[in-house]
This record gives sequence, C-alpha cells and structure tokens, in this order.
Amino acid sequence: MSAILGYFIAIVAGLCRLSRFWIIRTFTGFYVEVFRGTSLIVQLFWLYYALPMLFGFNVGSNLVAGVLAISLNYGAYMSEIVRGSIVAVDKGQTEASVALNMTRFQRMRLVIFPQAFRMMLPEFGNYLIQMLKATSLVSLIGMHDILYHGNLIRSSNLSMAPTVYILVLIFYFIIALPFIFLARKMETVSKKGVASS
Amino acid sequence: MVEPIVQFKDVHKSFGEFDVLKGIDLNIAPSEKICIIGPSGSGKTTIIRMLMTLEEPTSGDIYVNDANLWKMERAGKMVPANEKHLRQVRGDIGMVFQHFNLFPHMTILDNCMVGPIHVKKESKDEAKQHSEEMLKRVGLEEHMDKYPSQLSGGQKQRVAMARALVMKPKIMLFDEVTSALDPELVGEVLEVIRNIAETGETAMVLVTHEMDFALEVADRVLFLDDGVIAESGTASEVIEHSENKRLQSFLRRFRNSD
Amino acid sequence: MNWKWEVFFDALPLVTKGLTITISLTIICYLFALLFGFVWVFLRRIPSKIINWIVTWTMEFIRSTPPLVQLFFLYFGWPMVPVVGVSLSPFTCAVIGLGIHTSTYIGEVYRSGIESVDKGQWEASTALNLTTRQKWLKIILPQAVPPTIPMLGNYFIILFKEVPLASTVGVLGILALANNYGAAHFRYLEPLTIVALLFLLLSYPSSLLINKLEKKMNRRFDKKSSTGSISM
Repeated sequence: MSAILGYFIAIVAGLCRLSRFWIIRTFTGFYVEVFRGTSLIVQLFWLYYALPMLFGFNVGSNLVAGVLAISLNYGAYMSEIVRGSIVAVDKGQTEASVALNMTRFQRMRLVIFPQAFRMMLPEFGNYLIQMLKATSLVSLIGMHDILYHGNLIRSSNLSMAPTVYILVLIFYFIIALPFIFLARKMETVSKKGVASS
Repeated sequence: MVEPIVQFKDVHKSFGEFDVLKGIDLNIAPSEKICIIGPSGSGKTTIIRMLMTLEEPTSGDIYVNDANLWKMERAGKMVPANEKHLRQVRGDIGMVFQHFNLFPHMTILDNCMVGPIHVKKESKDEAKQHSEEMLKRVGLEEHMDKYPSQLSGGQKQRVAMARALVMKPKIMLFDEVTSALDPELVGEVLEVIRNIAETGETAMVLVTHEMDFALEVADRVLFLDDGVIAESGTASEVIEHSENKRLQSFLRRFRNSD
Repeated sequence: MNWKWEVFFDALPLVTKGLTITISLTIICYLFALLFGFVWVFLRRIPSKIINWIVTWTMEFIRSTPPLVQLFFLYFGWPMVPVVGVSLSPFTCAVIGLGIHTSTYIGEVYRSGIESVDKGQWEASTALNLTTRQKWLKIILPQAVPPTIPMLGNYFIILFKEVPLASTVGVLGILALANNYGAAHFRYLEPLTIVALLFLLLSYPSSLLINKLEKKMNRRFDKKSSTGSISM
C-alpha cells in the first residue's frame, strides 16, 4: 500500500518539479527537500506522536501513520528519479513531437513519459526493496508486524533471541527475493526502447 | 508573383553574445524547393529550427500563411505567442532531423500513426491506411512492425520522412538528413527526397552538404555566410557560376574533402 | 495549534546534547563501512565461482533485510549465541550493524568505480610493462576514485539518517533523548520537531555540496565522452 501511494506521489511530485509555474516547483521542491533531509524514523515518530499534538487530531491508527510516513518519504526520493528520467530523455524526442504539432500534454503522455518510465523501472524496483525494509520500523509505533511478534517471543524466552531474529531476517529476505529478481529483470527491460542523451 | 507561404522579415538570432543570424529576409513560395548551403556554424539549421518553432528568433518576424508565427495579437497589441498560437500556425510544417528522432518505444507503424491519430484526430483505421501507404512509398512496408533500434540508419531516416509526410505538411524541412548516415546509405535517403520533390506540391527547405543533389532538385539555392544570405539564385547560378569569393572557397574546400 | 515555545527552549539544550553521539556514531560507522567495503571487493575478486556466489548472496541478504532487525539481532541475539556470543554495548552494536549494512552498498560503489575504468587502460598499462602495483596506483585508482566520491558522499548522508535507528537499542542520540523527554513530560511535539530540524539543518547543506561535486565530476566525464564520440 505504501508502495502504491509512494509511486503515485513520486510521479506527481516529479512532474510538478518540472512544471512551468514556479510556485508549484518551489512548493514541491520544499516537500522533497524536507522529506529527504530528515530521517524516516524521525518522520514516523513525528507523524505518530507530534502531529496529533500540534493540531489536536489523530492521524488515525498507527497503520495510517506508517503508510503516510513511508509513502511520503519514499515518494520524495523517487520523485527525484522521475524528474531525472524525464530530463534524461533526449531533447530530439521533444523536437520531433513538436514537429508533429503535438500539444504539451500529448508530448509528455505519448513520447516523453513512456520512455522516462522505462528508465525509472530499475530504480523503482530497488526502492521497493528499500520500502519493504522500512516497514520494519512500524513495529516501533506499536504495529503488529513480524518484528513485533519476534520481539514478543524474545521477551518471553531470552535464549531464543538469536533464532528469532535470524528467522525474521530470513522472512524479510524471502519476501524481498522476488523483488530482487524483478529489479534485475527491469534493468534489462529498461535498456530497450529509450532514446537517452 | 504567387503569394509566398513563408516569409522571414529581418530575422535575427543570437545565442548569448554570439550573433548567429544578422537579418534574414526570405520568401518561400508554395511548392518551392530551396537548398541552404554554407559553412558549419553559419546558422543554416537555426533558420529552419525557428520556422519549426524549436528556436525563438531574437528579433524580426516570421510569417506562415500570412500569420505571424512567434507573435500574436492580444488586446490590440502584439505579444509573444503562446503554445496554442504556435500550434495553430505550425500545423502545416513538418520536419526531418539529422538524428532521426524516431520514438524508440513505438513500432515503425506506430511512429507514423501517432501524429494522425492524436494531432489530426483521424480514426485508427484511416491513420493506419495512410501510414501504410506512406511506408510503402519509402519502401519499408515489410518492416512496419519492427522497432527503430532494429533498422539501419538509412531505413530510420526513411521512416522519419514517412512520419512527417503522413501529416500532409505544406512545408517540409530537412535538417542535414544525410549527415549522420554511413556513406553507402545516403543514396536511398536522397532517392526518397527526390521522390517527394518530384511529386510536387509540398514546399521543401533542405539544409544539406550534398552539392550535387542540391543542383539536381533545388529551384533556388541560398548561400549563408556570416549570418546573412550572401548569395541566392538557381542552383547553377550559385553553385557553378558565382563570383562570390567566399562561396568559391567554401565550395573548393568542400570538393577537396569529398 | 498547540505549540509551546517554552517547551521548545526547554528541550533544545537537552536534545542537542545527543548531537555529539549522533554525529560521532555516524562518522565511526562510516569509517567502518568504508573499510569493510574493501573486504567485499576483495572477496568478490576471488576467482572461485562458489565463493563468488556465496559472497554475492550474502551481500544481497544483508542489503535487502531491515537494518533495524539486524541491530536487534546483534543487540539481543548475539549475546545468546553459544561459544562466540558476547554482550555488545549499544554503541558498538550500532557501529557493527549499521556499518556492515552500509558497507554492502559501499562495496558496490567501489566495484562500479573500478569497472568504470576503460578496459583499454589495463591493456595500455600492460603494454607499458607496469607492475601490478604500479598499474593500480598510477593508472587504475586515480581514474576509479573520483567518480565514486559523490556516491560515497551520498551514502554518508543516508547513513546519517539511519543512525537514529540506534536509539532503539539504547544509543542516546538526539532521537532517543527527544523520546525520553517526550515520555517524561508527555510532550512529543517540540522535541521531535527539534530532531527533524536538526537533521534538515545538517543534511540539506551537505546534500547541496554533494550535488555540486557531482556536477563537477559530470563535467569532467562529459568532456571525456565528447572527445570519444568525435573519434568515432
């Protein structure tokens, strides 16, 4: 869920940073720098503990806080990839679509974005693994994820600690495995069909 | 005298401190074939890029079908054109690039169809039929389902021409379309241009280094030097019988390097 | 709005005290990771398929599992491991855990740096009959190192932002102190905001610096590649 929201934010924010209007550019620039400049764990705590105090309302459950923090954080990182990929598409592509008299929107939708998207894929795959890793943090705000259960077992039987954590690690690795292969596959896919400068 | 389809009026262009074009005046008649020659860096390409709206003139006006390309009227004043105005005016212009600029993520057929479908709002079937006809004309009907990366440079450039032609432009711009090709592939591309030229009604502006080809197809040859049109006339007047010293030395250097 | 400046100024000195620990932990972790990164490179250069496979997947394992769990394993699990298990202080634990985690990334950076050197450079240095030592010191490394510097800088900043994880095993950096303050006074807003501001204040300028470095490197690289294309 964080991943989907994160990708969505990334693409919107990435496009906004290339907007013609400086207000939109500055605003998203600010968002990106704040979330890249501070640590995910700090953001998570801030959203969960501090924000409710500031405005006197709860963000909702710890699930909402977790999803929000992870997606906002990685959305900020990935928006830079979106921006970078769009900029990296060869200028000749824009020129050719001008020569076909396309509108700005058509140029982006039909020509530039499909190519930029292929370039983004491997990085998006890598960030999927990063996000998976980041989900372990939600146990810190009391969500019942794998690590939380691991901690529970450990506290009831201290000598189990090494086994428990090794198992948790292996568990994460097994979930990550398909993504690792996916990321590698995306890399080969993305090499095709792009005119990069 | 026929009404010109394109007019340049005292057009200047500078990049930073560097003045590339220092006052270009030029009329292009419908279906006229013009070749622009000149030393590299003389601004040949800039002229057609301004006409394609890829580069904005520093001063001066360009008219297409009597409409000012880079300026529009708003509240009685002439202001810089917006995207909508540019789109309206440049609709009759098509361009072929030195580096092809085919869309690598689309098949050859899709490359040709994307313009008619999305810009001219033709139906898919119509667009497909027109694109296939055009690809047949450039001799690539067997490669329609391939991607650009699977073609040779010459084939790519022929696709680029089909892609431009299928939009039925009244003016076609060719920006050194053979310069990026291996020598043995130049012929097939020139053959297609010759074919377009013979079919007639499209006006063509070619920036080229192929002097012999210019002699053959051009109604008029312009020699661009030091930011102005230094010589203008029929191909044989300019290339074979000019008194201009700089033009002669340019042509000599050219022939020697061949 | 429920923001109290008194609390902000009350918490400020307390929280900033943790800054020394946070920064020194970052630096020590980083040095550890830089050194350990070499270990990965050497291990991967061993010409044995099996070892190569094991090393590659070990790196992949460390990289794709959460550092938080790795820290917990080191802190809670390691002392219980028979024979080799010893208790680690929170600080050592963080250095080893975060250091090894980061080193798997750093190792890749080193490798990409070495691989970025053109094959012709090796051949040319062989043609000049240089010794292996000379090859590495005079030809390969001077070319391999500069492009990796911005990437290494980036990992420093990433590491800096991972370091607050160590608060979970009891390292008293800024985040832990802010949490303690929050728990004691039932006010998390101001101390946590201070932490966020401190991070922003430290990491934003350094990322600007790295961007600049990167641009500089790219320019150099571009020059190289443009002469390359002319000769084609």
